[in-house]
Amino acid sequence: MLIAVAAIRMRDLFGVVILFGVYSLLTAVLFMDLDAVDVAFTEAAVGAGVTTVLLLSSLRLTRRWEAPPRHSPLLSLLVVGVTGAALVYATLDAPLLGDPSSPVHKHVAPRYLQEAAGEVGMPNIVTAVLASYRGYDTFGETLVIFTAGLAVLLLLGFGEETKPRIEPASMHEQVVLKTVVKLIIPLILLYALYVQFHGDFGAGGGFQAGVIFATGFILYEMVFGAENARGVMPAPLLPRLAALGVLLYGGVGIFSMLAGKPFLDYSALSADPVHGQHLGVLLVELGVGITVFSIVLSIFYALSGRKRRHD
Amino acid sequence: MNLLLEWTSAVFLLTGGFLCITGGVGLLRMPDFFSRVHAAGVTETLAAPLLLCGLMLRMEWSLEIVKVLMILVFILATNPTATQAMAKATLTGGQRPLVADPEAREGGPSSKS
Repeated sequence: MLIAVAAIRMRDLFGVVILFGVYSLLTAVLFMDLDAVDVAFTEAAVGAGVTTVLLLSSLRLTRRWEAPPRHSPLLSLLVVGVTGAALVYATLDAPLLGDPSSPVHKHVAPRYLQEAAGEVGMPNIVTAVLASYRGYDTFGETLVIFTAGLAVLLLLGFGEETKPRIEPASMHEQVVLKTVVKLIIPLILLYALYVQFHGDFGAGGGFQAGVIFATGFILYEMVFGAENARGVMPAPLLPRLAALGVLLYGGVGIFSMLAGKPFLDYSALSADPVHGQHLGVLLVELGVGITVFSIVLSIFYALSGRKRRHD
Repeated sequence: MNLLLEWTSAVFLLTGGFLCITGGVGLLRMPDFFSRVHAAGVTETLAAPLLLCGLMLRMEWSLEIVKVLMILVFILATNPTATQAMAKATLTGGQRPLVADPEAREGGPSSKS
């Protein structure tokens, strides 16, 4: 909370972005403390990793120092205070965190914990719930990410075609950085693939993997320049990849419907229903990973493609 | 044997923690950007592997140890690179390190990576 207050009070937006990164990292540690490994992983990858980079690259399009506020904050403070007090009062009625006699832990959670091994057949119950039991919600999440990326692209576009802009001469002399990054990027991409396909057994899954995969490409663009990066992964390809991911996810659902089962019922994918669940989760997570990767990279392309604001 | 492992791991963890703290103190108290970056980079590049070694000694032989080892190698590779990149970027931006005798500074070696 100290960090949040500090981030609000600071005027230096660069410092605010770094503070947000620290805040996300601390939240990830908090999630680890609550034994929520998948969530902590996603929070660390997205919040402390990619969001910091995206915010910094959008910061170069605007001023670094926040203008002083032109109106008094008292009215907003009052509204926020009243709303916050009402919310806190409402939480007094909620069951305590981890209380075993709360309704969540008596009906829904034990059923998932006991039946997941038999019905879905994978050790990671979080992935089982995310991709199979609550697959429809995850489909919605993927669509939200896709829509957000579309909105950014509609607003910003991909930027001018890549002539080398004001390429700082020092980047050519960065031998150390270029060598180490050349070694690290394949490992990053390999790790992203590992996280993607290992989500059944450990922490992982499509969201984290997509973000990490995009991070590899972002690192490449930052060190080797936009020209090289867009030669490797052309900008027009990305929206099509994003659509492909969503199509893959929806396609699995439609296939299940065509086979006579409800939408997104993976047991229709194979003769053995548990095998069908495995296959379904694999395809669906792949769709999520592809969409997340292409949207994150699109947003970065859109932000880095604009001319720097000359202050 | 177990006692030896426990004591070694404790020594590693305590040393790593101490180095982290001194790195933090250096980060706050050093007068100049370059000395701050040097303080943080050097101490943390040693502290993180020490802490990870201390943790590894407490784990049984399993795949997890290899994973922690990979994290250790990754930190050893990327932390100095990041430090060097920061220092080089600042040097390119025009800042010069604080030195005791400014007159003797000009004509120094050109900045090569």
